[in-house]
Amino acid sequence: MRDPVRHTVFQWGLFRGAFLAILGVAAGISASSPAAAQARDRLTLCQTLEPPILDPTAGAAAAIREVTYDNIFEGLVAFDRDGRIVPRLAERHEVSADGLTWRFFLRRDARFHDGAPFTAADVKFSFERALAPDSKNTQKWIFEPIAAIATPAPDRVEITLKRYTADFLEGLAWGDAVILSEASAARAATEPVGTGPYRFGRWMRGDRLVLERNPAWWGGTPPIREAILRFISDPQAQVAALLAGDCDAHTNIGAQEAVAQLRADPRLVVAIGRTEGETIVAMNNARPPLDDLRVRRAIAMAIDRNLVNEGAISGFGTPIGSHFSPNHPAYLDLTKETPFDPRAAKALLAEAGHPNGFTLALRLPPPAYARRGGEIVAAMLKEIGITARIEPMEWPQWLERVFRNKDYDLTIVAHVEPMDLNIYAREDYYFGYSSPAVKTALAAAKSARSEAERKAAFEAAQRQIAKDQVNVFLFMLPKITVARKGLEGLWPHSPIPAAPIRDLRWN
Amino acid sequence: MLRFLAARIAMLVAALATAALVIFLVLEILPGDPAAAMLGVSATPETIAALRAELGLDQPAARRFLRWLAGLVTGDLGLSYAYRVPVGGLIGERFGVTLPLAVLAMLLAAGIGIPLGVAAASRANTRLDAVLMGVSQLGLAIPNFWFGLLFVLIFSIGLGWFPSGGFPGWSAGPGPALHALILPALALALPMAAVLARITRSAVIEALGEDYILTARAKGLSRAEALVRHALRNALIPVVTILGLQFSFLLTGTVVVEGVFALPGLGRLLIQAIGGHDLMLIRSLVLMFAGAAMAVNALVDIAYGLLDPRMRPA
Repeated sequence: MRDPVRHTVFQWGLFRGAFLAILGVAAGISASSPAAAQARDRLTLCQTLEPPILDPTAGAAAAIREVTYDNIFEGLVAFDRDGRIVPRLAERHEVSADGLTWRFFLRRDARFHDGAPFTAADVKFSFERALAPDSKNTQKWIFEPIAAIATPAPDRVEITLKRYTADFLEGLAWGDAVILSEASAARAATEPVGTGPYRFGRWMRGDRLVLERNPAWWGGTPPIREAILRFISDPQAQVAALLAGDCDAHTNIGAQEAVAQLRADPRLVVAIGRTEGETIVAMNNARPPLDDLRVRRAIAMAIDRNLVNEGAISGFGTPIGSHFSPNHPAYLDLTKETPFDPRAAKALLAEAGHPNGFTLALRLPPPAYARRGGEIVAAMLKEIGITARIEPMEWPQWLERVFRNKDYDLTIVAHVEPMDLNIYAREDYYFGYSSPAVKTALAAAKSARSEAERKAAFEAAQRQIAKDQVNVFLFMLPKITVARKGLEGLWPHSPIPAAPIRDLRWN
Repeated sequence: MLRFLAARIAMLVAALATAALVIFLVLEILPGDPAAAMLGVSATPETIAALRAELGLDQPAARRFLRWLAGLVTGDLGLSYAYRVPVGGLIGERFGVTLPLAVLAMLLAAGIGIPLGVAAASRANTRLDAVLMGVSQLGLAIPNFWFGLLFVLIFSIGLGWFPSGGFPGWSAGPGPALHALILPALALALPMAAVLARITRSAVIEALGEDYILTARAKGLSRAEALVRHALRNALIPVVTILGLQFSFLLTGTVVVEGVFALPGLGRLLIQAIGGHDLMLIRSLVLMFAGAAMAVNALVDIAYGLLDPRMRPA
């Protein structure tokens, strides 16, 4: 008997194109259909992924932050839409001249959703919880430099650092450093209690989560009273929900090929922005023949990143030449460093002793950029004689085999965390790369006393990583926001995974 | 009949226990770590170890298996690794979508397919028969999710009569919930109705040729009476078999249609659980699917016995 699931999935692929074509016709008919009357203080915001839990201090999923960041939970400071650090629960702060003592002056009018007042004790509790040996915080580096936390007054926190750390304040703006109360932290995974402008309403897992405006929020009254977050993972269903008016906005659609058609709909506004997701063809630098710089360069020269961009995500990615975000002031455009040149690539491969090429394992995680990009990359490598055996796998298997056990030659993955250049200094990371020059540069960035010093250190690290051709750097993943006309305030880029409702309003 | 029932149920329990062991072992061998899946690429090994301990993953496999078995008997299936809520509750919520969807699809399929099949059989080899069978051929050829896409285009985007997807929950009242289920149920029902129409047609035609129909007609029953009272009853045996098989398929096979309509059903729960390596959830879900298929088979066997005494074991 034939396998019904595989059978339908195969046909699904065939039908996708046809479906998108017909969507255009249907959208034409719908111009006359009555759009759901929308109250001006309500909103249905659609997102691709559903968070498994709602505690950003105990899980890595970006979706947790997209629901909770600056909605339910707040930190001492936060990132705004441009990636700038702005005050939140700390009204202001002072740093000692040696940069080792941070004094935070807390808001006195903030309360948790359960009515408890926010005080310095909550800050101390949250950070010590993150530092504890049994902590589940996935970004412990943020708290690692902390030597002591003192609470001289209910509205004052004094943090002493073990050593000067240039990005300490930046770390505190991450979703992993939000403030929880001791009374509610243990239940934060399913019943989050924060200080933010929205409190957790109800959650119908698999479908929607409702956020309600917090009437006691210290920052006043944001325009949206009730936000329904709907989770729609299927790219075609996302487009259909937008065209049917079931979603007022989608924070980042997966059907890039539908952009032209969504743009043609007069009721919708499409904005193409950037995430912090550096998409790379990662190479196992420790494994022959990839331990040879000439081989890695040959592979990079054989891959036309613009064509991969075009084929995998309809060309909406921003090309990159190193592992650094163009959103950051220290970004260097290194895309010209390794030009696309298959002939030179083949010569380089011969020089490295592989005139007839070789076979590599290309292990691909589930996202479309990886699966589609993988097919294109494999075809390009074939041109210079390298056979890439494609092996698709689910995330847990990818994490175990590729990431943890480093059992791979090539993979395609987007590193979505902001400012993650430091992974190139990590011992035993899955790239199998170790460079004293990069380590020195990144340590210099960490201890830089001025912005200029820090920028120079980041630039040196970017150059070295590009020169060593650690990976093939493809593009930054796009953020394609689609919203109903009249809805304002959506973040065009995502300097951090977040979708703050407080910024949204109907015009 | 009672002995037949008891034997059938004992067989079911033995098969379920075997299935539980096989499912547990296969999932243990599968590479992947629920804690690592949860904590991503930045977490330190110590952080992952802390979560493993909290989830009880550091305990030996045999102990975890026995706890799960005990849980299956007492009804406490444990906490989902990814969602940190009871597995039983998660499955229950999704059952509230998938079961009504499956039942609705079955009713629609039977309501459309069986009458069409009977109509085609009673007018076998006429133009009506040819048209009905042609339409059913089309229904067989088109997969259910394509009907789903088409319905979304016409009834949601085009006419705005139905939501394009999602499920408001039964707490919103039966009206909105049924409203959300009609399009997906119809999409699931059409290909099934096509199968049922064809099976019913050939079964009824075969039954109409049997001697007992001639006898019934000779006793003075009209053609229609003979068809309904004798031919249809006998023809229902293969139809019930197909319905049973399709019902167990409906519990698992709705994944793609659930995706098209963004419905929070069991199929998508399983896909999400696999994506997060939520072994706790996967194993109970898979066992439930296996159990449902087995139970439906047992019920079909029992229904045979009721419909046809010759099939009861002596």
